[in-house]
Amino acid sequence: MKRHLISAADLTRDDAVLILDTAEEMARVADRPIKKLPTLRGRTVCNLFFEDSTRTRISFEAAEKRLSADVINFAAKGSSVSKGESLKDTAQTLEAMGVDAVVIRHGASGAPYRLATSGWIDAPVINAGDGTHQHPTQALLDAFTMRRRLIGPDAGLGQDLSGRRITLVGDVLHSRVARSNVDLLHTLGAEVTLVAPPTLVPVGVETWPCEVSYDLDRVLPKTDAVMMLRVQRERMNAAFFPTEREYSRRYGLDGERMARMPEHALVMHPGPMVRGMEITAEVADSDRCTVVEQVANGVSVRMAVLYLLLGGNEPAVTHTRTEEK
Amino acid sequence: MSKILIRGAKVLGGDVQDVLIDGETIEAVGAGLSAEGADVIEAEGKILLPGLVDLHTHLREPGREDSETVLTGTRAAASGGYTAVFAMANTFPVADTAGVVEQVYRLGQEHGYCDVQPIGAVTVGLEGSKLAELGAMHESAAGVTVFSDDGKCVHDAVIMRRALEYVKAFGGVVAQHAQEPRLTEGAQMNEGIVSSELGLGGWPAVAEESIIARDVLLAEHVGSRVHICHLSTAGSVEIVRWAKSRGIDVTAEVTPHHLLLTDEMVRTYNPVYKVNPPLRTERDVMALREALADGTIDIVATDHAPHPHEDKDCEWAAAAMGMVGLETALSVVQQTMVETGLLTWAAVADRMSYAPARIGQAKGHGRPVSAGEPANLTLLDSAYRGEVDPAGFASRSRNTPYEGRELPGRVTHTFLRGRATVVDGKLA
Ligand SMILES: [Zn+2]
Repeated sequence: MKRHLISAADLTRDDAVLILDTAEEMARVADRPIKKLPTLRGRTVCNLFFEDSTRTRISFEAAEKRLSADVINFAAKGSSVSKGESLKDTAQTLEAMGVDAVVIRHGASGAPYRLATSGWIDAPVINAGDGTHQHPTQALLDAFTMRRRLIGPDAGLGQDLSGRRITLVGDVLHSRVARSNVDLLHTLGAEVTLVAPPTLVPVGVETWPCEVSYDLDRVLPKTDAVMMLRVQRERMNAAFFPTEREYSRRYGLDGERMARMPEHALVMHPGPMVRGMEITAEVADSDRCTVVEQVANGVSVRMAVLYLLLGGNEPAVTHTRTEEK
Repeated sequence: MSKILIRGAKVLGGDVQDVLIDGETIEAVGAGLSAEGADVIEAEGKILLPGLVDLHTHLREPGREDSETVLTGTRAAASGGYTAVFAMANTFPVADTAGVVEQVYRLGQEHGYCDVQPIGAVTVGLEGSKLAELGAMHESAAGVTVFSDDGKCVHDAVIMRRALEYVKAFGGVVAQHAQEPRLTEGAQMNEGIVSSELGLGGWPAVAEESIIARDVLLAEHVGSRVHICHLSTAGSVEIVRWAKSRGIDVTAEVTPHHLLLTDEMVRTYNPVYKVNPPLRTERDVMALREALADGTIDIVATDHAPHPHEDKDCEWAAAAMGMVGLETALSVVQQTMVETGLLTWAAVADRMSYAPARIGQAKGHGRPVSAGEPANLTLLDSAYRGEVDPAGFASRSRNTPYEGRELPGRVTHTFLRGRATVVDGKLA
């Protein structure tokens, strides 16, 4: 595996399967009375959040704490970071403090890449979402959720998602989740279809390893998992689509549409869900919908990533399993 | 002033000749000229060109002297073989009055490294809504002939029409930065495969092409002439070619970096590659080279855009747009146009000296290398090969994408009206 996790495209199939398998081990820790491993004791991880995201930050923080890392939360929102140099300044401060890993969330695409490659800091960098570029741990937790549901926690070990048909619906253009998922799901052997109005399909998408459709109803019957993407209401003002009503009529997921999917098919959402426009309450609350599991799985997957990037060769996880026996 | 004999240079890359300078003027050009009483510069194997003229330079003074000043910018220009530069109007305050353009003009004269011809803003404060006092700037000591809101597009069709009409009164030209503002909101790089992958906001080619198409039609309608700054797309080339074939009075420029670099470089997220208009695709680069070769694009202009280190040493979105170019322009043209066989040195003299001087009406510049002409000359060692080292730049800024890259050619001497501004590759 590479030293940093900047993009889902950085991962080979074996890297990705290793992370998912490790996450499966980590998930077992959550079922224990004491949800903690000593793996990262004495290591310091900084959560460097230039953009608000309580959910992602808490998920990383939980993962770090379960691995016994010391956690520094650095939230740099607002005016002080409007000038770009503060990323560099902050990085150098963290370097001086001797942090062992940086989890970074940033509104600008490429900021984690710059952090990892500009010599500002030496520690491994984990991208927790940058602009409209990438959000690799989100893609990993989505893949983890799919593998668990479609194959099974134990049966899935060592497996990828070969032959599974996954559909991503909504604002692909502005979605780092979509980019990461297309990369990772392709690496894992899945067939991906993007469904969106043409205004929300990126230029150059023809080079991506996926299909594109404007017609959700045609795609749904052949889908193993459908992932609804967030559509921000301000997109409406920029004329990406005419009205909320028209959007939800053509691209929203309601009970009737869900019924056209195969029995086993999942409904996923990276959250936070806005019930109504992209997904109806009926769908969101159905047991096909994995939103809550995705949150729990996020912690396991992030533990796995931190462990593999930082934990070295210690067989901490296997050790835990023998303990349990 | 004493006499200088440049001995044995290939004039415009052609015949080996001696060139005798007496005072500010070329006294004679020929074989075996007498060296008596003259300082001799041995120029065997070197190329002698007319002093280069840059129609598109940002000198940053007044207002951003931390990036560049008229002094440091003209020293950079001389180092790159230039004897005249046109200074863009987007300073602080904006060069939209006679006072500011005269200040810039006089600073150029005082420092004496390079003639500085200020460009006047088309609209007050570059705001695009109200015409600046174009006539007053023309009548000032600076004698402004080129007007541009560069950095911003004159996007209002009526304002553009009026500007084109108005400058006809004194033979001026409007130089347009073609960028449809709505189509480029949030734009960070060329819109295409790479931007989609990198998640950076796209700057579509059509945002440039649609403005060029509109402006050539406006120029035709009002019978004026228009100059298009830094063409960057294959489609822009097609429009200019069509306009010229139709007899529209349009001229166009291309920057050295658009002749060499592509948007693939942006994969590094290194802001040295962040420039406006953005680096485009290989296909665009090839179309631009061809167009410069066949004369569809009239000139090479540097768009020298200095920025201090901290404005580039950051994440892509926060970084300033632009790169320095005066000191590497001739080398990039040698590599992309001469060594590829697309242009002869005589044609380089046209694209980098005669034609820009003609478009901008730079008096005494862009003249033939012959007896009686002002001795504005550039001597180039085209056989030189070396890596670009920005530490040696005369510019105050170092934001070059060529650091560590091998580029051919080196300016060894520059003469401004007979006075050497560069000797043996060093500023005099
Ligand atoms: Zn410009």
